[in-house]
Amino acid sequence: MRDAYGHMTVLTINSTVEDHRLAYLAALAISLMWVEAVLPSPLPGVKPGLANIVTLLVLRQYGLRTAFWVAGLRVVAGSILLGSFLTPGFVMSLGGAMASLAALSLAQYLPQRYFGAVSLSVLAAFAHIAAQLAIVSVWLMPDVNVFYLSPVFAAAAWFFGLSNGVIAAHLLQNFSGAGLHESAT
Amino acid sequence: MAPVLIQRGDLAVLLIGLLAVVVLGIHYWSASAGDRVIIKRGGELFLSASLDRPFRVSVPGPLGITKIEVSQQKARVLSDPGPRQLCVRQGWISRAGEVAICLPNQVSMEIAGRVRTYDSLNY
Repeated sequence: MRDAYGHMTVLTINSTVEDHRLAYLAALAISLMWVEAVLPSPLPGVKPGLANIVTLLVLRQYGLRTAFWVAGLRVVAGSILLGSFLTPGFVMSLGGAMASLAALSLAQYLPQRYFGAVSLSVLAAFAHIAAQLAIVSVWLMPDVNVFYLSPVFAAAAWFFGLSNGVIAAHLLQNFSGAGLHESAT
Repeated sequence: MAPVLIQRGDLAVLLIGLLAVVVLGIHYWSASAGDRVIIKRGGELFLSASLDRPFRVSVPGPLGITKIEVSQQKARVLSDPGPRQLCVRQGWISRAGEVAICLPNQVSMEIAGRVRTYDSLNY
């Protein structure tokens, strides 16, 4: 494109280091989400939620604001890639992510001396599944007692919350000090 | 210092979580055997019948016919036009509160007891 004087107009978006970090971390979370979408699930609706490991790492390394952005970008961009944007699945995903972040925003104030990534992960997983069950029962299947299945989903949340938490705790120990994205660039 | 992945507080959170799972399980699954089957189509009541006598019923939905069988105080979805066959694979259900949902064909089957078990919102 040329302006009135024949000069090239260069459109520059000034991106900060933080923008790059966000993009990198969101991409990481989206790849995990993708891997999971391809893997077969033993029970419909039950997934390990590996992308939440990224959310946990980001929360501990960069704080809640960055975690919020990474999770939000992951849900929106990830659903566009998977073709589920604005579908019920997307609303479930968004609701779960927002509930997780709400739980994390409170749980992050637990004393770190006693409560590690496992606590954060389990609490976030329970908030995630509670929000999703609420969405299904209020909006998607109002006349079906979906809470009948809640023990199964709660048990899955407990188990995957624990496993993701252990992975996150392990990664946090190995990478504490160094930033997450610097190691990959 | 050896790496500690699960700290003391984490154990407490895990214990409380496990307790929550057990409480949910007791609350929703300790229901007694049901005695009625309630079949809904598109959210509206299609048929409510006793489990005492065996019968078969065909429920027409948007995709086709969902066949439901009742026998020996149990009910199951015999066949369904849905692609994933989740409700068929669920097999027999008999306890109050249990449901089989054939979502693609908008048919659901629920077992009800003499006293309908309500969810926690109604307490």
